[in-house]
Amino acid sequence: MSGKWTYIRKRLFQMIIILWIIATILFFMFRLMPGNPLVAYIEPTFDKEQQDILMKQFGLDKPLYYQYIVYIGNLFRCNMGVSFFYGDTVLNILKRNLPNTLYLTIFSLIAAYIFGIFFGILLAWKRGTKFEKAGNIGTIITRSAPQFWVAMVLLVVFSFKLKLFPSSGTSNAGVIYANELQKLTSPDFWKHLFLPGLTLFIYLQGLPTLLMRSNMFDVMGEAYVEMAKMRGLSKWRIMFKYAARNAILPIATSLALGIGTSMEGNVIIENVFSWPGLGKTLVDAVVNKDYPLAQGAFFLIAVIMLFMNLIADILYSVLDPRVSV
Amino acid sequence: MKKVIEVFNRSISKSIKFLKKDKMAMMSVIIYLFFLIIVIIAPIIAPYNPHEIIKENGKYLFNQPPSFKHLFGTTNMGRDIFSQLVYGAGPSMLVGFVASFFVVVVGTLIGLFAGYYTGKLGEFLMRLTDLAFGIPFTPFIIVLISFLGPSIKNIIFSISLLLWRDTARIIRAQTLTIRERSFVEAARVSGASDMRIIFIHIMPNILPLSLLYGSLAMGWAILAESSVSFLGLGDPNSMSWGYILNDSFISQAMSRGAFYWIIPPGICIMLLVMAIFFVGRASEEILFPKLKQQ
Repeated sequence: MSGKWTYIRKRLFQMIIILWIIATILFFMFRLMPGNPLVAYIEPTFDKEQQDILMKQFGLDKPLYYQYIVYIGNLFRCNMGVSFFYGDTVLNILKRNLPNTLYLTIFSLIAAYIFGIFFGILLAWKRGTKFEKAGNIGTIITRSAPQFWVAMVLLVVFSFKLKLFPSSGTSNAGVIYANELQKLTSPDFWKHLFLPGLTLFIYLQGLPTLLMRSNMFDVMGEAYVEMAKMRGLSKWRIMFKYAARNAILPIATSLALGIGTSMEGNVIIENVFSWPGLGKTLVDAVVNKDYPLAQGAFFLIAVIMLFMNLIADILYSVLDPRVSV
Repeated sequence: MKKVIEVFNRSISKSIKFLKKDKMAMMSVIIYLFFLIIVIIAPIIAPYNPHEIIKENGKYLFNQPPSFKHLFGTTNMGRDIFSQLVYGAGPSMLVGFVASFFVVVVGTLIGLFAGYYTGKLGEFLMRLTDLAFGIPFTPFIIVLISFLGPSIKNIIFSISLLLWRDTARIIRAQTLTIRERSFVEAARVSGASDMRIIFIHIMPNILPLSLLYGSLAMGWAILAESSVSFLGLGDPNSMSWGYILNDSFISQAMSRGAFYWIIPPGICIMLLVMAIFFVGRASEEILFPKLKQQ
């Protein structure tokens, strides 16, 4: 067990180093961006004096190395500066938007994995039939279709033609949720979540489906499944009681990994549906040249992704003792 | 070099035999060649210039539904969608090809060196790969493009900058096992230099694998380009499929229910990427016959 702890500690340390490198790359990239960062924040009609005051206020007049030290120090205290565009602190904006991204990701992911597990079992059950072949092709189609396009097609059909679901945002115009609990208990919120969630679901379900299917094939060759077959147990029982229970283990690892990967996929979906999450924040910030906010959003996405990868690795080593660390 | 060519020829003839047997792989090769031909003959089959605003009898043809003259109708600016579609194949294929070329070259080299030199250099290259895995792909491309400026060249560069990571990791693992084989040992004993061992003895064995990963990278690169273009960060001078969809998105094609504008570009992206993934899957079975037995 001590070996495992060393491994986890080593991975944690590695993650911090990677985050530090990412933070450094971000810092230099955004400082070297073309165009004065203040262009987006102040009217071009402001005179030189006013510009200088604002430059000082944001610490943009200091030498680069000084800015860097301040930046890293602040990052440790979760202080990512003030958004040029909104005037609010980056931390506040991210805090406001992070839950939306998490809801979108987690609900779609859970739905995708439940579906994927059962569909994977079904495909394994119907092995060698036309149904399995069609299922395989269907899964690859969902992986090949660009997410934003799937989102657009769903929008045209369900939102603009059938008028069943709203096309953007998290609430109807003018409605502001007082807190997260009120948001989650509002049927309106779920109505808004449905289409972006469905888009993400379509994209995410392919991996658990294919994984479950191939895991089932692996497990079905094992001795205890053969044994169960010889005992004359029903196919249903063999599939669910013997094979599926063991085939499901590796899915846990990929679930954690899935949260990480879908964080980056969200960027596109959130922009199609104007879903106020991290991805939309990032793209808006990039377009507005709102450097602190863009930095913060990118960094947070990286943190979540890396953290989930870490959890996946740990789960993997705990669940499968054969993994040498 | 002779050996490399020999290995290459062998895998090609294997592939052809395989394609004859597997209808799905055959289909994807046909789809792929179809788009390749479209790219080449685009100026011949496109009835209009994709940027041209079409005027008829002194009237601009805005938002025309599909007709014989305009197979997929016209945009809100009166441009012919079919012509845009035909020209759109070029940028997508270009990004896919060039990015996957870089991915194969960089990923293979890093994987080979990381697997062969297990000391400090190998360790460094593996940490570099870990770093590349730690950077969120799509957000990174978005930020980098906005930094470098929207052009096909920069899109290819940004995509390649991260996409080599999968190839590097898998090639390293493969190199680690191959370098223990007796023929590598024999070469070493007979005084072959490291470079000779890596490129003459090890590389031919991992080449099919890196080509497979390169082909998958092509699919990811095409999807990434379309996403970036869709967000409005694409090359404004090249009419890629993602760009067409961005145009339709911001011009409210959805609320007008202009399916003819939205559906075709998406189908094109999907078909091309699907064909690539299917070929990838097919070649996976040539490379790892074990998979097929399953």
